[in-house]
Amino acid sequence: MNGVHDLGGMDGFGPVDVEANEPVFHEPWERRVFGLVSAVSAQRLSNTHTFRHAIERMDPAHYLTSSYYEHWLTALTTLLVEKGVATRSELEARAGGRVPVSQPVRPGPVVLSAVSAAAPRFTLGSTVVVRNAHPLGHTRCPRYVRGKRGIVTRVDGLFPLPDVAAHAGDRCDQYAYNVRFAAQELWGNTADSDAAVYVDLWESYLEAP
Amino acid sequence: MSEHDDDHHHPAPLSPVEVRALALEDLLKEKGLIQEGFIDAVVRAYEKDIGPMNGARVVARAWVDPAYKARLLANGTAAIAELGFGGPEGEHLVVAEDTASVHNVVVCTLCSCYPWPVLGLPPNWYKSAPYRARMVGEPRVLLREMGLDLPESVEIRVWDSSAEIRYMVLPERPAGTEGKSEAELAALVTRDAMIGTARV
Repeated sequence: MNGVHDLGGMDGFGPVDVEANEPVFHEPWERRVFGLVSAVSAQRLSNTHTFRHAIERMDPAHYLTSSYYEHWLTALTTLLVEKGVATRSELEARAGGRVPVSQPVRPGPVVLSAVSAAAPRFTLGSTVVVRNAHPLGHTRCPRYVRGKRGIVTRVDGLFPLPDVAAHAGDRCDQYAYNVRFAAQELWGNTADSDAAVYVDLWESYLEAP
Repeated sequence: MSEHDDDHHHPAPLSPVEVRALALEDLLKEKGLIQEGFIDAVVRAYEKDIGPMNGARVVARAWVDPAYKARLLANGTAAIAELGFGGPEGEHLVVAEDTASVHNVVVCTLCSCYPWPVLGLPPNWYKSAPYRARMVGEPRVLLREMGLDLPESVEIRVWDSSAEIRYMVLPERPAGTEGKSEAELAALVTRDAMIGTARV
């Protein structure tokens, strides 16, 4: 989905605020939420892909105005409600107020390339173009590389395609690649001529030029 | 008294998010989905044992042992495992080497992917919107704002951790450290140098 989480290349956020000697957790509830997510993952009630997508589906205004561990709490709550482990009303009764959950999943067709797990379609040095696809569900293809041309710098082997794993609960293993994009390819000819962005992309995200 | 009880008897009024976190935890406990002690054990590991001191040991070893450095750059996961580090968010590690003419920096534009076994949990700024938005689009400008003014002649490589690989930067060994021991070298290595927003 073209969600609020897909931040690469956006303007207007201002400087990066670095906290000196930052603690691992700022509040006791943050460390509890970190542990809760670990516990629920260990029970296989969520996986990396469904969890990430639950964060991405947060209300955009809430996403941008809440902390990282509030994202985690909201995603965990959403998944547990969606799986029927808890109901929103019982959580709200306990919390004594509103408990926000993310927007519902909007599953769409996943565009799969003609994938063979036997051999990677691209090799080191291949020129590739990122497919101009805008799936409504989960994807790990950032918007800022879509339609852009790059060079394969690594072939990383088979990994579950997140676009499938976040929804179907089953796996579709595909080759993943590291692709180098010149900064000027991404951001135009006023961009740094001596910078490049390296992005890890699954085979379905890529096509031959 | 358990730590959980302490949370409930916090003297300051609870914030709405804290109330929601406690409500969820209590419900999951009632439903038998959380074992007492599990959370504290997991969290304590990241507070005490897993942090940038691990990555610093990897860097120092690479600085003193050229054969180790070669293995580290060829297969980060395996070479890092030689020092006993691995685990969640470190199943597939790639190490990017800084040189006099190349500077590497790591970001995750889509969420907050970070090499936990060597750097621990990420700082807030790494997970923040400005860092994620700007590092891919204007790395030289943002690095300068963050205190790292690279000459125009230095090539910048930005690694966006968008899939399963997690990245760590191998900073350049500073000049004048020839006499230092591996442990002394490790003490020079900062978290930010291994992310790439600083040099050693």
